[in-house]
Amino acid sequence: MELAIFVLLAGTALGSAILVVFHRNPVSSTMSLVVTLVATAGLFLMLGSPFLAALQILLYTGAILVLFLFVIMLLNVRRERTIHSRAPGLTWGAAICSAIFAGATMRLFWAAYATAPTPPLDAEAFSLRAVARELFSTYLLPFEIIGLLLLVAVVAASWIAKRPGPGEPGEVP
Amino acid sequence: MTPSVLATAALMGVWLFTLINVTPIMLWLERRAPAFMQDRLGPNRLGPLGLFQAIADVLKFIFKEDVNPAGADRTLFLLAPTIGFVASLLTYLVIPFGPVVEIGGHSFPLVVIDSDNGMLMFLALASLSVYGLVLAGYSSNNKWSLMGGIRASAQMISYELALALSVLAALIPAGSLNLTRVVEHQVGHTLLGAIPAWGVFVQPLGFLVFLVAAFAETNRLPFDLPEAESELVAGYHTEYGGLRMALFYMGEYQSMAILSALASTLYFGGWTIPFVDITSVGAWIAGLPGVGDLIGTGLATALVGFTVLMVKTYAFLFFFIWVRWTFPRFRYDQLMRLGWKVLLPLALVNFIAIAALAVAGKV
Repeated sequence: MELAIFVLLAGTALGSAILVVFHRNPVSSTMSLVVTLVATAGLFLMLGSPFLAALQILLYTGAILVLFLFVIMLLNVRRERTIHSRAPGLTWGAAICSAIFAGATMRLFWAAYATAPTPPLDAEAFSLRAVARELFSTYLLPFEIIGLLLLVAVVAASWIAKRPGPGEPGEVP
Repeated sequence: MTPSVLATAALMGVWLFTLINVTPIMLWLERRAPAFMQDRLGPNRLGPLGLFQAIADVLKFIFKEDVNPAGADRTLFLLAPTIGFVASLLTYLVIPFGPVVEIGGHSFPLVVIDSDNGMLMFLALASLSVYGLVLAGYSSNNKWSLMGGIRASAQMISYELALALSVLAALIPAGSLNLTRVVEHQVGHTLLGAIPAWGVFVQPLGFLVFLVAAFAETNRLPFDLPEAESELVAGYHTEYGGLRMALFYMGEYQSMAILSALASTLYFGGWTIPFVDITSVGAWIAGLPGVGDLIGTGLATALVGFTVLMVKTYAFLFFFIWVRWTFPRFRYDQLMRLGWKVLLPLALVNFIAIAALAVAGKV
């Protein structure tokens, strides 16, 4: 039963991830990404962490991908005419990148499973309380730095988006 | 089938029946109530008080033609109403309507998912319902629909922030994301020894922000810009008819009902009555002559809790209708200004104040 659910969720995640890349319509690609992320949230649930699953759906599917859709619809991106771009070096570049990624993944699994199987993680370590305590004690400084970084990005973005008033530098005639 | 599986199935059945029936009740209420507000009669011919008008409305939805517009993205067009409907339907899973009751020698919590991540799950599932509107707008191949979809995505993301922040502040006194704990905390304490410690008395500002954001999240007037009929024909559902259109209506009424139930739970003590223990009310009902043979104390308590929560929920639903027929629609820039420059700072102020009070041990 558990294996069947895992295969279903993992298969859905992989299948829709492939669709994200190969679908010609950008909105359909985004929706495939939504399916991938929801399936991954299901995998988190199976691993005994409803907290991570809820965060995954709330942040990625509920907010970030809606913004993707917003931008795609606002720019009115047309569907692509061909799946593959004809740029000559692209195939080779993709092959090399895939090889490097596959190698790195294999190395990671090798390191994790070659010597001894990793013991299953304690679900309690990924509960809301445990994550919050770690985030606000051990990782407080990185957490604050990331917050500051995001603030800087927001300020910069709103400065760029601001239309300069008459007489100000950067005014578009 | 173990008793707990049966109990969960029964709870889900009760909730589904309640939520599906919100739509016909609201269809009737939304015709009759504004009629009396405007000194008219409203539909009063079909059945007592015009109650069967809802049945006529449903029949009309079923028999209308199901149109597929030319050039529409067919898959997404058919999928969109279902996504919005299902996402708004699932959020009931974490809302409790009673204490732990004992039925037939087993104890059951009267909530489907009794989880410490309950509120997060609610927000996660609720955040998915925007896809129904956005995809409907995109896939219809209609500029009015597209405008409505774009408005819906921007509006719902903007107001989700204020909503989530006010909800978080409401959870601070109980110190838990489990809504059962939140309700128990509101009953277990009093303010100044006389007022029940309902969220609305502890944080009136947070409640105000929640209420306004809830109107925006459900696209109700004065925030119904995604379907503003004077500018966009019908907005995101311009091209829909028949039952698919009905699914959008049902999704909207369900989200209103569930947000109302959530508001009752977070700010008005949920299934509890101030200063009355509903378990003793349940015991009193079960002790009435002739009743005790039919239902035990546990089932009677569950019924009382459910009734109390529904009374509070329908009070909010009436408020939704009342506001709809009172305020005019916002302009789009006013909507964004209200969301980002008024509600969000107010929610933050409320959050910091409640957090400070909690640290000081006052709430």
